[in-house]
Amino acid sequence: MAVSCTREVLLEELREAAVDVEARVAALQVEAWTRSSLQPRGGISRELCYDLSNSVFSPDGRNFQVEYAVKAVENGGTAIGIRCKDGVVLALEKLVSSKLLKPGANKRIATIDRNMGVVSAGLLPDGRHFTSRARDEAAQWRRMYKAPIPTSSLADRMGSYIQAYTLYNSVRPFGVTCIIAGWDSEAELAVDGQVGSGPTVGAGGKVDKMKHGGPFLYMIEPSGSYWGYYGAATGKGRQSAKSELEKLNLTEGTLSLEEGVKEAARIIYIAHEDSKDKDFELEMTWVSSLDGPTKGRHEEVPKKIREEAERLAKKALEDDDEEEEAKAEGGERMEE
Amino acid sequence: MNHLPQAWGRPRDDVYGAYDHSYFQTSGPKQSTQQPIVTGTSVIAIKFKDGVVIATDNLASYGSLARFTDVKRLRQFNKSTILGFGGDVSDMQYLDRLLLSLAIRENYSSYSSASDDTDDTSNLESLNAKNLHTYMSKVMYRRRSDFNPLWNQILVAGFGNDEKPFLASVDLLGTTFSSPSLATGFGAHLAQPIMRKVVPDEASVANLDKETAVQTIRDCMKVLFYRDARSMDKYSIAVVTKDGIDLKEDEKLENQSWAFADRIKGYGTQVV
Repeated sequence: MAVSCTREVLLEELREAAVDVEARVAALQVEAWTRSSLQPRGGISRELCYDLSNSVFSPDGRNFQVEYAVKAVENGGTAIGIRCKDGVVLALEKLVSSKLLKPGANKRIATIDRNMGVVSAGLLPDGRHFTSRARDEAAQWRRMYKAPIPTSSLADRMGSYIQAYTLYNSVRPFGVTCIIAGWDSEAELAVDGQVGSGPTVGAGGKVDKMKHGGPFLYMIEPSGSYWGYYGAATGKGRQSAKSELEKLNLTEGTLSLEEGVKEAARIIYIAHEDSKDKDFELEMTWVSSLDGPTKGRHEEVPKKIREEAERLAKKALEDDDEEEEAKAEGGERMEE
Repeated sequence: MNHLPQAWGRPRDDVYGAYDHSYFQTSGPKQSTQQPIVTGTSVIAIKFKDGVVIATDNLASYGSLARFTDVKRLRQFNKSTILGFGGDVSDMQYLDRLLLSLAIRENYSSYSSASDDTDDTSNLESLNAKNLHTYMSKVMYRRRSDFNPLWNQILVAGFGNDEKPFLASVDLLGTTFSSPSLATGFGAHLAQPIMRKVVPDEASVANLDKETAVQTIRDCMKVLFYRDARSMDKYSIAVVTKDGIDLKEDEKLENQSWAFADRIKGYGTQVV
């Protein structure tokens, strides 16, 4: 009897203690919420609870974690891609975080397989993980099909991968928007490891005069949605970059790769205007057709061509400034 | 008739006799490749002062049947390394894919364009022929240690760390060796003596020019076609120099003379 008595007393005490702890935790939470910077959206509002976990919708159908990931992207250096008629250019405004870093080292545009490139804006490690996954996917495709992965398939697989990171509350979405550029070979592709040329007669399932391959450009967002683009821009200066891209009339498909390189450099320099106080390096890669300068491979734009493009870009900016000044002066005179 | 499930799909005992359970046993010792099936014959190569010349014919035999006649057995790895495969063709195709995946991975870490970049690190080829030969020897030795060898003998031609011409062999056991001239298969008996006359030792490589080296290899290919019953008169030849690889995959043996043939006695139906 004495034993059970003690037990009851103990249990009661424990219960009281538990209630006490709960109350304190609740009080702390209320305090934290009211103090939180998220308060403008309504203090301890309905919305607030929904941004703490990934994979949970808010009542008006938003996934806040994904939207915050987009915010992370908007802080990264500008990255653009231009789909030209005979190739694709990728360009990146690589913000230099320290003067102690070796110029030209730490490349940020990566090669996938041989014919594709990826550039990302946002959290760098997330971008690197994206690259490594994309390379795995491309290698896996080769193991399975004994041929290079088409750019569209890579974009599809990576889109699915990114989307999976919006589904579970144990993970956070990718803090990057990635641009994938690729040239799918227009030539008849040999099977990997093929040793002969096969039968010289017979159709062999080939469709006459069918066009294969070409330039491809995709952009994947933190939500996992992806689209094919004529010109894509992301990162801090995306607004001005996009408006410049629109001026190029890329839908006509007349812009050549050489022109594209120059435009890409110019657009990155324009996009950098808003964060002029920071140093940056221009990183550019391209992938051309089989008879173009890179022979269907994804490569860095040669130094000579890049420097020429940069020179033209700087000149274009200066000309713009002068024009504006002249206009301003003219305006003043008019007023007089 | 026996309707028990054990008998389903089996030949009927009353018609064919009792089933011999020793056939198609899966529980016996594990067997892997016991012999090559579709094979390529000799690969021959010789070093000269500025590089290496390497050649194979374009035949893949199925036993003594000349089965495939446009098989390219010289496989280029990068701008200055080429491999010649003798032995099993399917194993060669496996190795070719392995090397492709290696080349793609190597390209990731050094993607800057090799053209006119002044940065001193960018022009370096990531893997040279010597590195690749070491890699191949590890692959081959690993597979033979698994009792599942890749049935090939491979010649690797290119340049070594010292920028000098490099030529070495690795076979299905992972055995490696090197010499100013190398030949696999029948070539080791028929072509090697001819090549050794031209380059008897490492020192004589420096005196051998490209034209002589190419001519020696072409002569050897002719001798091999005359004497090796598993060979063909269409062949591939590659010249590896500092400027890159000049690979010709559709060469034909010129100026054949079979005048010696009627002096050969002791085979077939003839009476000696």
